[in-house]
Amino acid sequence: MTLQISLRHRFAGFALDVAFDAPPGVTALFGRSGSGKSTVINAVAGLLRPDAGTITAAGSTLFDSAHGIDLPPHRRRIGYVFQDARLFPHLTVRQNLLYGRWFVPATPDAPDFTRIVDLLGIAPLLERRPATLSGGEKSRVAIGRAILSNPRLLALDEPLAALDEARKAEILPYLERLRDDLHLPILYVSHAMAEVARLANTVVLMDAGRVTASGPTAALLSDPATAPGLGLREAGALLTVRVAAQEDDGLTRLDSASGPLWLPRVAAPTGASLRIRILAQDVMLATSRPVGISALNILPATVRDIRQGDGPGALVRLDAKGEVILARITRRSAQALALTPGLPVYAIIKALSVAQENVGSG
Amino acid sequence: MTDWLSPDEWRAVALSLRVSFWATLASLPLGLLVAYALARWQFRGKHLLNGLVHLPLILPPVVTGYLLLMTFGRRGGIGQYLDQWFGIVLAFRWTGAALAAAVMAFPLMVRAMRLAIEAVDPKLEQAAATLGASRPWVFATVTLPLILPGVIAGAILAFAKAMGEFGATITFVSNIPGQTQTLPSAIYAFLQVPGGEANAARLVWIAIVIAMAALLLSEWVARAVARRISGQ
Repeated sequence: MTLQISLRHRFAGFALDVAFDAPPGVTALFGRSGSGKSTVINAVAGLLRPDAGTITAAGSTLFDSAHGIDLPPHRRRIGYVFQDARLFPHLTVRQNLLYGRWFVPATPDAPDFTRIVDLLGIAPLLERRPATLSGGEKSRVAIGRAILSNPRLLALDEPLAALDEARKAEILPYLERLRDDLHLPILYVSHAMAEVARLANTVVLMDAGRVTASGPTAALLSDPATAPGLGLREAGALLTVRVAAQEDDGLTRLDSASGPLWLPRVAAPTGASLRIRILAQDVMLATSRPVGISALNILPATVRDIRQGDGPGALVRLDAKGEVILARITRRSAQALALTPGLPVYAIIKALSVAQENVGSG
Repeated sequence: MTDWLSPDEWRAVALSLRVSFWATLASLPLGLLVAYALARWQFRGKHLLNGLVHLPLILPPVVTGYLLLMTFGRRGGIGQYLDQWFGIVLAFRWTGAALAAAVMAFPLMVRAMRLAIEAVDPKLEQAAATLGASRPWVFATVTLPLILPGVIAGAILAFAKAMGEFGATITFVSNIPGQTQTLPSAIYAFLQVPGGEANAARLVWIAIVIAMAALLLSEWVARAVARRISGQ
């Protein structure tokens, strides 16, 4: 299913003008606070009426200003997960989860209650009231409630923003399982690149009410041209890897197209597919294979292009046997090494530099 | 028991209960609608509606009674048509007493309900809509359960107020024993007769007991509902 969005809307002091398609899978709307992400998602859900534009989901028109079409929220079937969960305080968790079932006709392919409850790990909570749940539990119940309303599309508005790091780490694996098991298209609003890198297939980058870039996550994240829009600290490449072995000294060996990688213990079974995000600032470059170095991961690659910034830095995009790696080094180093497109180099990545939050299931 | 109160006194107590019950019950739906409109809707004349609803609280009751007589009396603007077309007569009947009590109690009822509605987070109602609930269903399944303590409090407050209504009632429907003589009217009637204080005292006690019972009941019900709703 695709979601096609073309919107114009004007608030006091803010103009939104966006158009993009969200292909099947997880599409992340990424941008700073105030870039218009939530406005877009609210327009999709029907909670905000844009001045002009069209919104179609799987071929059915939800909104079309030219033809006077504006489906009310309850007829759009968008499973909206709000940042603040918004569980109904007077209902139990079970009643909250089943709320949408009262209104939406059950179809044969409707999500199964037991399966979703298991998937989100909320079976022990069913008879409790929202007031007694922790923040992470509330988020999971809110996600389950949206899915069980049998929506055409799941829309998540910064579902993790109100949670602390430990709770985020608790929820992210559930979101990955939803993405991989449910085949429900997901529109995911976030300003946290780590979440986007782990979850999204497609990224739509927004700034000041406009789409500045969009495309497949791995390509967009490793494109030096979009890096300034993401924030240079967030720039980095996504590698798809497979767990090869858990080794005795606490490391996990991962196989990638570019060669083997060792990271601190990754809790995943052998053979599992993972996506890891390697931040550009954590990658060093050498023109010959370094010896006598503590870094464990040394990948041969060739320079594809170099983008000089205004400051002292440069972003170097590397081809590592088909995978893209991004390195952020100083312009001085780039000159000293005489980096030019086509030059063979070695990318050096410290095993410990890859944070746990940047390792997700692929 | 029957010796303790004369038949007329019993009738006054029973009439007061009946008048208050129907006044409360009949004004509940309208009260809820007006409270919802004042709390949630933006429309022209909102301030005027708010003023009209609260007017009986501030006007001298006798003025309200006079206005009711002018409007709903047999020759009143609306009353004459009610009589001609439907054969409904309010003036000097117990139904008129109920109307007077309802009008006087309406501001209290609306106020309690309005506060309860304003305390409901509209974001919860939005969430219900995205889950497939149309406006009426959102109200029935989210808004109404959450405002129930306020609705109950408003209804019981209105009932208590209706029990005590005197000025507008006696102006609109007079003080006919067995017909329109409510508890306060009966007390008033006793006090007009020399030596009637002892008789009045018995009715006064009954009024106090009923008022206290209503107040305690409302507190208890509202707390029970609030407990159930908040899930504590």
